[in-house]
Amino acid sequence: MNVGWSREQIAQRLAQDIPNGSYVNLGIGIPELVARFVPAGRTLVYHTENGLLGMGPSPAEGQGDPELINAGKRQVTMMPGSAFFDQATSFAMIRGGHLDLSVLGALQVAANGDLANWSTGADDAIPAVGGAMDLVAGVKRVFVMTTHTTKDGEPKLVERCTYPLTGRAVVDRIYTDLAVIDVTPGGFEVVELAPQVTAEYVEERTGAPLTWNAMLQARH
Amino acid sequence: MIDRRVASAAEAVADIPDGAAVMIGGFGEAGSPIELIHALIDQGASRLTVISNNTGTGLVGLAALLRAGRVGKVICSFPRTAGSTVFPDLYRAGKVQLELVPQGTLAERIRAGGAGVAAFYTPTGVGTPLAEGKEVRVINGRECVLEYGLRADFTLIKGRVADTHGNVMYHRTARNFAPMMASAAEITIVQAAEVVEAGELDPEAIVTPGIFVDRVVHVPSPQLESALNAAGACYP
Repeated sequence: MNVGWSREQIAQRLAQDIPNGSYVNLGIGIPELVARFVPAGRTLVYHTENGLLGMGPSPAEGQGDPELINAGKRQVTMMPGSAFFDQATSFAMIRGGHLDLSVLGALQVAANGDLANWSTGADDAIPAVGGAMDLVAGVKRVFVMTTHTTKDGEPKLVERCTYPLTGRAVVDRIYTDLAVIDVTPGGFEVVELAPQVTAEYVEERTGAPLTWNAMLQARH
Repeated sequence: MIDRRVASAAEAVADIPDGAAVMIGGFGEAGSPIELIHALIDQGASRLTVISNNTGTGLVGLAALLRAGRVGKVICSFPRTAGSTVFPDLYRAGKVQLELVPQGTLAERIRAGGAGVAAFYTPTGVGTPLAEGKEVRVINGRECVLEYGLRADFTLIKGRVADTHGNVMYHRTARNFAPMMASAAEITIVQAAEVVEAGELDPEAIVTPGIFVDRVVHVPSPQLESALNAAGACYP
């Protein structure tokens, strides 16, 4: 049974909400899909925290440079107008509030905007954080892109995170396969449902209370 | 006359003692000074503290230094990567200590160390396990954690071109931590694919000024981790 948006459709939906000219950092993995769906006529500038502004797509086979890579250590290209810089400068962009948007994956998001996305805290896990804590602390807006539940069906949107935090009260908006959800002072507020997804369906798969924005309320 | 050139990687790393703190440039394989790391393995220094963003892949470079049992502690932001098995095995066996630092905090701690800034406050990491035990202060209405500047005894980095005064330029995303690390060690050693006379580089384009660099080694065709791993290489 396939209910809701595919990964590509989540990326496409999220991409619609990024204004032209934004400086954007896409997290490694699913968030990288967003770059494929930027609406025509909009130009975004991609930041990769290892030291490049103006990152372009993967190179053609055999055309890559092992020392032109992204934060996921995969080879990339550079767009016209790109710049290289060191790590202190790169994180000055992040921590100094110069980037407009960070799109990150999640293990859990809490109703107050707490994010857990770097460690399950398991005893045998090798902890690794990279730039995630810097991104959530410094970038102007933080979007999370994730499946609504884990592979085992556990909610990822919860009252309180049980995994180690990446940051406190840092998430602005969440894009899942089922819905678009804002983090508000009153908790999770659903602003849009994927086609054929009902309010009850989302509620059953969410670990915290949901409110509904005015337009969705009118539909009930 | 100033001439920072030394004849070989072996000579450049000869005086790194047991127990030294060594910063090693690179983000993944980009900027990893493989030849200097291999010279350090040959040299034999042990109980090292290594400060580097990652822990290497395969059985070469940084991973080979760890595998040789020379490293007691790693200060790093991302110790596991695809293809990284040496560090995880040593860590699980309790044979190496890890100080995990957010990447931006790591960069800024090294920058601060090199700039004579003893410590700084940052919101990064507040409320997370990485801020546990650290002083937290509210500054301009926001909680911030105290982080200390970081210095080392030696820094090993890779440049694309250096001159005899130690001025360095890099290649694309190989720059990463090198400029800050160059400033934060007592002795900074650069391996460069090209070495030219002072005056040949455009002063407007120099990234790391020679005042931060002590030794320059010419390594004309530096090896890359991915190529070595693809060939199944294992050092030594």
